[in-house]
Amino acid sequence: MTKKISLLIGTRKGAFILSSDDGRKEWKLSEPIFLGHIVYHLVSDPRNRKHLVMAAKTGHLGPTVYYSHDYGKTFVESSSPPKFASADNEANGKAVENVFWVSVGHESEPGVWYAGTSPPGLFRSENNGGTWAPVTGFNDHPKYSEWMGQGATPGGQMVHSVNVNPNNKNHMYVGVSVGGVFETVDQGKKWVPLNKGIAADFIPDPNVEYGHDPHCVVVHPAKPERLYQQNHCGIYRLDRPDSTWIRIGDNMPREIGDIGFPIVVHPSNPDMAWVFPMDGTTVWPRTSPDGKPCVYLTKDAGASWIRQDKGLPSSKAYFTVKRQAMVNDFAKPLGLYFGTSQGEVWASDDEGASWKCLVSYLPEIYSLSIMEIDE
Amino acid sequence: MLVKIPSPLRSYTKNQSEVQANGSTVTEILADLDKQYPGIRFRMIDELNAIRQHIKIYVDHTQIKDTDVQLNGQEVIYIICALSGG
Repeated sequence: MTKKISLLIGTRKGAFILSSDDGRKEWKLSEPIFLGHIVYHLVSDPRNRKHLVMAAKTGHLGPTVYYSHDYGKTFVESSSPPKFASADNEANGKAVENVFWVSVGHESEPGVWYAGTSPPGLFRSENNGGTWAPVTGFNDHPKYSEWMGQGATPGGQMVHSVNVNPNNKNHMYVGVSVGGVFETVDQGKKWVPLNKGIAADFIPDPNVEYGHDPHCVVVHPAKPERLYQQNHCGIYRLDRPDSTWIRIGDNMPREIGDIGFPIVVHPSNPDMAWVFPMDGTTVWPRTSPDGKPCVYLTKDAGASWIRQDKGLPSSKAYFTVKRQAMVNDFAKPLGLYFGTSQGEVWASDDEGASWKCLVSYLPEIYSLSIMEIDE
Repeated sequence: MLVKIPSPLRSYTKNQSEVQANGSTVTEILADLDKQYPGIRFRMIDELNAIRQHIKIYVDHTQIKDTDVQLNGQEVIYIICALSGG
């Protein structure tokens, strides 16, 4: 049985599905799905590939979630999307501005999904996105106001990078923009910050316990004790049970720096990871350094980095790639993909060695994810 | 009572631009709308019972900020999406 690969594309103006032939050579773009809706994240369930969950809203309307049970051919709106407990006023409660992130739950819990929101909130569905309940241990944590009180970010402070340990359904990590990384070992009842070793150049205290700005946190699927993090202040690795992150971005070329949004790991080799560097100097342009887009690969867990830019524009190209907008497939050799804020999808079918543009002129891309269809 | 529905919300009302709803306050009207068209209220009203930033609700020609406003049964409710595009 072969697996046909599709890219699920979330954009500021709707979703699209970009589907490949068997060899990943020819790609076909779908018609827009929910054209005009803001689609932050559209994710396929590896436990049952027919199931998709989409985080969406529009410019006018409040946030919601749609789900599909037919590979994205049709969608149904959640009858109870993520929402905080009702309250009389802002002093007593919170209102979800957008559902920013969706992640599947543990393999042993089919139908379980998690959603991260802005303002920071974590929600759980046990019926493939049909209804959602707050993870109160996180949303109502006694230290919530302290942890989340370091200031907002341009797109709104949000929960992202919801990672369930593949070896333990009760063990989870989440990232919070200008909040930090938080860990639970009891499926969300209790949480602790996990930010030691991370720089927070925007906070005077160099040893602050929380308030850091993770951009993307990944738990390695084959070696869950290994985490990688692309942060506002560098690239990091953490090997549990250690609790101090190591700044592996210090090994990046100085002229490139170690700032960006996404980080992607090789699914079977825990020493391999890719980042998409962006200019973090002066006013933080968040575009490709010197107008020369590039991917950097490490094969030794961050001890050294290799530039990969064959096929990418060689000059005057100012790509921005958001935290959900870079993914890998599971083919051999491994395929990598990123989507830009200019609406282009770029792909490599040789582990980043060379790149080609698959599609242009889409709306601003917020997210990419992989959908495999068994054939 | 007649309720005017803007285009972004017509996916809930089977593309109808006008629907009927019952209630003696706008709060009750919205609750009845949600009963008829599940999910429509949360797209307009958040968890704090606040009208969302880019939604405006008028009773006849008067914009309301508080949905507890009393109605006499003869008004027209206008739900309007404020300018938020681009």
